[in-house]
Amino acid sequence: MPNVPDKRTTEAEAVSELRDGMTIGIGGWASRRKPMSVVREILRSPVKDLTVVSYGGPDIGLLCAAGKLRKAVYGFVSLDTIALEPHFRVARQAGTVEAMELDEGMLMLGLQAAAWRVPFLPTRAGLGSDILRVMPDIRTVRSPYPGPDGGEGEDLVAMPALELDMSFVHMNRADRAGNGQFLGPDLYMDDWFVLAAARTFLSCEQIVPTDDFGKHGSFHTQRISRLHVDGVIEAPNGAHFTECPPDYGRDEAMQREYALAAGSPESWDAFKAKYLDLETEADYQRVIGEQR
Amino acid sequence: MTDFSRADVCAVAMAECFRGDGEWLCNPIGTIPVIGGRLARETFEPDLVMTDGYAMFTSSTVAPGANPYSADGEPLEIDAVVEAWNPYPQMFSVLWNGKRHVVMGGSQIDRYGNQNFACIGDWHKPKAQLLGFRGAPGNTINHVTSYWIPNHSPKVFVEKVDVVSGVGYDRARALGPVASRFFEIRRVVSNLGTFDFETPDNRMRVRTVHPGVTVEEIVEATGFELVVPDDVPESRLPTDEELVLLRDVIDPGGARLKEVPS
Repeated sequence: MPNVPDKRTTEAEAVSELRDGMTIGIGGWASRRKPMSVVREILRSPVKDLTVVSYGGPDIGLLCAAGKLRKAVYGFVSLDTIALEPHFRVARQAGTVEAMELDEGMLMLGLQAAAWRVPFLPTRAGLGSDILRVMPDIRTVRSPYPGPDGGEGEDLVAMPALELDMSFVHMNRADRAGNGQFLGPDLYMDDWFVLAAARTFLSCEQIVPTDDFGKHGSFHTQRISRLHVDGVIEAPNGAHFTECPPDYGRDEAMQREYALAAGSPESWDAFKAKYLDLETEADYQRVIGEQR
Repeated sequence: MTDFSRADVCAVAMAECFRGDGEWLCNPIGTIPVIGGRLARETFEPDLVMTDGYAMFTSSTVAPGANPYSADGEPLEIDAVVEAWNPYPQMFSVLWNGKRHVVMGGSQIDRYGNQNFACIGDWHKPKAQLLGFRGAPGNTINHVTSYWIPNHSPKVFVEKVDVVSGVGYDRARALGPVASRFFEIRRVVSNLGTFDFETPDNRMRVRTVHPGVTVEEIVEATGFELVVPDDVPESRLPTDEELVLLRDVIDPGGARLKEVPS
């Protein structure tokens, strides 16, 4: 067992660092490997007016429904098997949440710019679309080099850095120092969320000894380094109800129940009372377990 | 074999979009596009690279509607050989590099191929929030795009889209030849016919009509003025080989027939 720092903590301690008005990043993609135990803890906290940067799924939906969100920065907000996130739709259509709606690739570049500490990254993505019309704060930049025709440099979108105060990602395995291992098909942008943030908390299905990573997957799956992780949270089933393969798939029944709860304030209150107005994540997991 | 369905014709029309692509990434999204893409791969475009819609480049598409990663703790359930791992961050490299032909849907499309699936109404406070911009801006400006519209109507084929998510020819032209040098909308396929932009000012033209449909019906179902040539040919009919592939290999469950009822 190598000598590594011990950064184990809890959802409550991590979320206690959040302040009103902060910009946070949430890893995963749509309804896939989202750090849901942390999202549920944010719902239990008094924090408000958050800006959330996310390849959006129920993380954005829940924060909208709970009135925690001032602004969403996203390329899409989807539940995968339910194409449109119903709680997010309600908030957008009521005008209760600000939007920075980006091309999915632009969002990646914004995280990369923040990670690399440059003010923007150039891209062709966005040119000609209404992104620049509806969000005039996103500017273009002229290349200082000759164009392909030898003429003037070409104009490109200057995707601004999306600097994050905090980010949260969920891994399949991690050690107590914050080295993270993903075992599913895709890391998504989790490595960029980690680097783009001033502070990062990493939740995981299971904390394992550092020298056990090799038993779970090849070294290619050890993609998050403790260099950029400030706290590690062991959260078995913590991505529920989103998928977290190979540990578990999406809980489609629960997701349907969640989506239907967007139908009316009454149905949301009922959902909230059953699943969210609970003292701790352990209580949530007990309720979920009893339903099975 | 003469008994084919409208859905079979649509799948063949979709496959035709990929003709000539060679060793490119064939990236159809939606039921008929996925079936059409695979049909092209199995017949006249054997070098196409396919995706499973998730993180893998594969030797063929997966069955319509299948989620290769949904099973608890099970290995990937794809009935196709994985050729390469292509997670999302890598996909942006592929698409900005250009060897990709995507087929997207659209809630609205106009005469120049401007496409909207972001929202209906004013973007700042939409009447209906839809998908968001997703990948449409980056796709359209970086590589070849086609569209599949299963419900051809004046509500979809509109005079003006509410929000431009996918860039159209007028917007591309306004950007100039340098910025738009990788832009191409190859084709629009609907349940009524196929359409292209091979006109002097790149306005949408009726390319073919599906059997059983008239040009008049198409004009009636379109909310803007289409370019209608004097002679509009009929869409290509499925060959016997294609019908066998569609029925027995690619879509034995008949997903295409649910999307396009005959």
